[in-house]
Amino acid sequence: MRYVIKEACLPDGQTADIVIQRGKIVSVGRAASGQGGTVTGEVTVVDAAGLVALPGLVDIHTHLREPGQEDSETVASGSRAAAAGGYSCVHAMANTNPVADTAGVVEQVWRLGREAGYVDVRPVGAVSVGLEGKQLAELAAMARSVARVRVFSDDGVCVADPVLMRRALEYVKGFGGVIAQHAQEPRLTEGAQMHEGLVSSELGLAPWPAVAEESIIARDVLLAGHVGARLHICHVSTAGSVEIIRWAKGRGIAVTAEVTPHHLLLTDDSVRGYDPLFKVNPPLRSAQDVAAVRAGLADGTIDVVGTDHAPHPAESKDCEWAAAAFGMTGLETALPVIYQVMVESGLMTWADVVRVMSSGPAAIGRVADQGRPIAPGEPANLTLFDPSARWLVVPEDMATTSANTPVAGRQMHGRTVATFYRGRATVLQGKVI
Amino acid sequence: MKHLLSAADLSHGEAVGVLDAAEEMAQATRERRIKKLPVLQGLTVVNLFFEDSTRTRISFETAAKRLSADVINFSPKGSSVSKGESLKDTVLTLGAIQTDAIVVRHPASGAPHRIAHSGWTGASVINAGDGTHQHPTQALLDAMTIRRHLMGPDPVGRDLSGLDIMIVGDVLHSRVARSGVALFTTLGAQVHLVAPATLLPVGVEQWNCTVSYNVDEALADYPPDALMMLRVQHERMSSAGGGFFPSPQEYTREYGLDSPRLERLAPHGIVLHPGPMNRGLEITSQAADGPRSTIVEQVANGVAIRMAVLYLTMSGLKE
Ligand SMILES: [Zn+2]
Repeated sequence: MRYVIKEACLPDGQTADIVIQRGKIVSVGRAASGQGGTVTGEVTVVDAAGLVALPGLVDIHTHLREPGQEDSETVASGSRAAAAGGYSCVHAMANTNPVADTAGVVEQVWRLGREAGYVDVRPVGAVSVGLEGKQLAELAAMARSVARVRVFSDDGVCVADPVLMRRALEYVKGFGGVIAQHAQEPRLTEGAQMHEGLVSSELGLAPWPAVAEESIIARDVLLAGHVGARLHICHVSTAGSVEIIRWAKGRGIAVTAEVTPHHLLLTDDSVRGYDPLFKVNPPLRSAQDVAAVRAGLADGTIDVVGTDHAPHPAESKDCEWAAAAFGMTGLETALPVIYQVMVESGLMTWADVVRVMSSGPAAIGRVADQGRPIAPGEPANLTLFDPSARWLVVPEDMATTSANTPVAGRQMHGRTVATFYRGRATVLQGKVI
Repeated sequence: MKHLLSAADLSHGEAVGVLDAAEEMAQATRERRIKKLPVLQGLTVVNLFFEDSTRTRISFETAAKRLSADVINFSPKGSSVSKGESLKDTVLTLGAIQTDAIVVRHPASGAPHRIAHSGWTGASVINAGDGTHQHPTQALLDAMTIRRHLMGPDPVGRDLSGLDIMIVGDVLHSRVARSGVALFTTLGAQVHLVAPATLLPVGVEQWNCTVSYNVDEALADYPPDALMMLRVQHERMSSAGGGFFPSPQEYTREYGLDSPRLERLAPHGIVLHPGPMNRGLEITSQAADGPRSTIVEQVANGVAIRMAVLYLTMSGLKE
């Protein structure tokens, strides 16, 4: 199959025709008939006038829930949701059941991703056996498996033991791995329900102080600097965290960081209605924190956007706040949120979007063939985004199995119109195919 | 007024209206030999109590019966937090038996709000205490008690303007304090909170009240017309991190209402306590049982307030 994408706007602002064939980008430029080789076989012309062409998006932080929680998502349904959102690669977190802490489980997830065929599913390996924070999992076995794991994380829980964290950071240096830390000091957050501040004081919900995140980040950047290892910080949510990471980068410490779309968009004011759709870990923070993570993403202190797509079955959210699960879906709305919050506002350019949603995450995850520029010879992973589209989020209409989106009923700015994964169209005219 | 979920939801006019209605209820029941008014005949009130509170449940039950409503008491064994039936399923069950109002007590902050606004029921929802969030009828009965004592012989139509109200104790875990701060300030009073910093929430500095860590200084700086002592639960001492205060003895010394502190109140000053009391911890028996104490009267006013709230939220339901 050959695709001719006509008059797309590239991230640098230039308009070009993009020709795709046999999984590769064949030409970028004026695709006058015949240029880029003679037309062979079937040709599909995609009118991309007014659309922005981006390299396929890469998510560094996705929960696909399989194996074990297939009522909220499967590798297949999550892969379709990813494609719908413009992604061509996702990193599947390890907190499944069983936990992805062996070569067997990561290979199973990797294989399910291949079978689904919508995105590269890159399994994340657990740092500790059973996410229990006691003993290192067999990290090298996961790295050497066909899944070629490079990102290791106990996400969902923090690697709280400083000695275990140090050993993990050191050990994965042997195969170019990185430890992705879910920074949450457990003692400071026992029973915690929402960001600690004015709103929590009024709502009477058990408070989650910013310092519980910041103290772990401070400790871990120092550890990473000390042992000369790579560290990635998941879902940075506070102004203090941004400052610590900025300081660490200034000292040359190999730390990278991610922020979620919801922490860029929403504040703890959303909790006032006690709707558990807004219950998430880390919690939604203050307006000042939101401003700081936006600035941090724009100036490169925060390297990437990670969705932390966390599907949950309806009953886990249709209940009182304290009984509800933490987490929100995000794959299908991440790009519109980033467009609205960061691009429309003038904080970032499309080239910056490529950096934080494609090339940056691919570099952290050491993913070959993803996050590549739109150029001849490169793998044909592409997203076409229509910035002028406006649409209402209807949870039931989404590709993900779960409905726990925090932007239900909101108008999104811009929409993914088409996604190409290794030369195949996974989304056309806004529909997953 | 369809629901009563938080004292903060009440406007000045609504709050004075509830207090006035409660005075009317109290008078009507006093004057009748039969203590029942027929205003809610044929309507059903469910007392849905996920937390044990005999005093609050009895108060609501008495109030509903005096208004001739049918009352069903339902105390599920465990809340959904402890993996029993879900809150939603419980409320859907109540829908099947024609419930007009649900009086709910729940250990999770916001549970009454969820019941009222999730489309699970069309009934009126009255918050009888949710977690560490709100207990609006408690604040209303406190306001009624304060108004009767301090706002002249005929308090109807008046608010609490010009009064200084001091609340001492475990503000952090207290829905009574949160409700009180909201309601008393709406009614024009100045509220003063006094507690060790460990028992004050971060964020309290932005509340519409003064905050102090020292009860003796506060008594001098803001001589209170009404002094409310909050219950301090013994388990707060054994909590994570070594407890919220070192010992009961130290708490009593620093924050307890004893005779010397009681004597520093103005001649008209009154003492309130939401109960149940820990005598000897936050309040001495001399203070609890002395002439300034309104603690027994608070209980009686509670029935009148709950009658008023049931009437105002449910009367629209009756043709
Ligand atoms: Zn996490």
